[in-house]
Amino acid sequence: MTATTEIATPPWLADESLVIGAHVFTSRLLVGTGKYKDNEETRAALEISGTQCVTVAVRRVNLDVGKGPSLLDAIDRSRYVILPNTAGCYDAASAVRTAQLARDVLETNLVKLEVLGDPKTLLPDPVGTLEATKELVKQGFHVLVYTSDDPRLGVRLEELGAVAVMPAGSPIGSGQGILNPNAIRILLELVRVPVIVDAGVGTASDVAIAMELGAAGVLLNTGIASAREPLRMAAAMRDACTAGRQAFLAGRIPRKLYANASSPAEGLIHAAGRPDPA
Amino acid sequence: MTGCETIGIELNGERRELARTSVAGLVAQLGLRPEVVAVEVNQTLVPRAERERRELASGDKVEVVTLVGGG
Repeated sequence: MTATTEIATPPWLADESLVIGAHVFTSRLLVGTGKYKDNEETRAALEISGTQCVTVAVRRVNLDVGKGPSLLDAIDRSRYVILPNTAGCYDAASAVRTAQLARDVLETNLVKLEVLGDPKTLLPDPVGTLEATKELVKQGFHVLVYTSDDPRLGVRLEELGAVAVMPAGSPIGSGQGILNPNAIRILLELVRVPVIVDAGVGTASDVAIAMELGAAGVLLNTGIASAREPLRMAAAMRDACTAGRQAFLAGRIPRKLYANASSPAEGLIHAAGRPDPA
Repeated sequence: MTGCETIGIELNGERRELARTSVAGLVAQLGLRPEVVAVEVNQTLVPRAERERRELASGDKVEVVTLVGGG
């Protein structure tokens, strides 16, 4: 047993947990496991990020190195909820098959549904996404659905039974950040299930912006894994997520055109305003 | 049908000849850890609990998948 120092959160910083299906998370950062150098770097980045939910992909086994280490060896399942994705699926049927395969390995009903339009843009295909959501919900899956930032589509996905709606900030892996904050803002007003901004995060400020808008969480992968120093970026993303969330809860000041002095206008040793030119 | 009958299947997109076996037998032959893979035959999942019972036949299209890093 190692001694741990529990630093109690003061009541004025307390936050409610993020609840997705049957899972309760205190971290609002969801982190992908792709593109890391090796299992050791994956393990370290996940730990530093503070995440409690990590995504994985389903792929054919490499028959030449079948006995090698599994990614599952690097992920402590007592610590992380594993969220399998259907990345690489371009139609509803493949996505459903992929989800079924993942459920068989992981014995989880969770799935991050992706039905993509084409390999160049990786934009979500709205029709295929709706079809697959409907089918997976029918089969008892808890569907966290990757979608565009279209607010009405988010509503439709919620109506079909998705447990979380995950709008892209910008294309997957593009690092362009949140391209249409107003769409996300409207989506957040219309959708009641957790809205998790997924994809496009390039740096810490993108995470903070998503959280300041009121997103329930942020899912990212490339932003950490492809940073020059992934572990340092994992820490930055963790802090940005907390900072953005606290700023959202605290309530930002309205934007104004003119200045508003922080120091009192009274008690000056001279008359207020610029002196008249002599 | 005899015990040592050879069948031809398509395994992860490649033709393979092997002695007639079950899905569980195939996973073992490939040297895979059964708990980190999932198998579908002809685009239908063969759940882990059914791998022993499910015999493979010539012409079956078999996919054996695992989990890898991804977002």
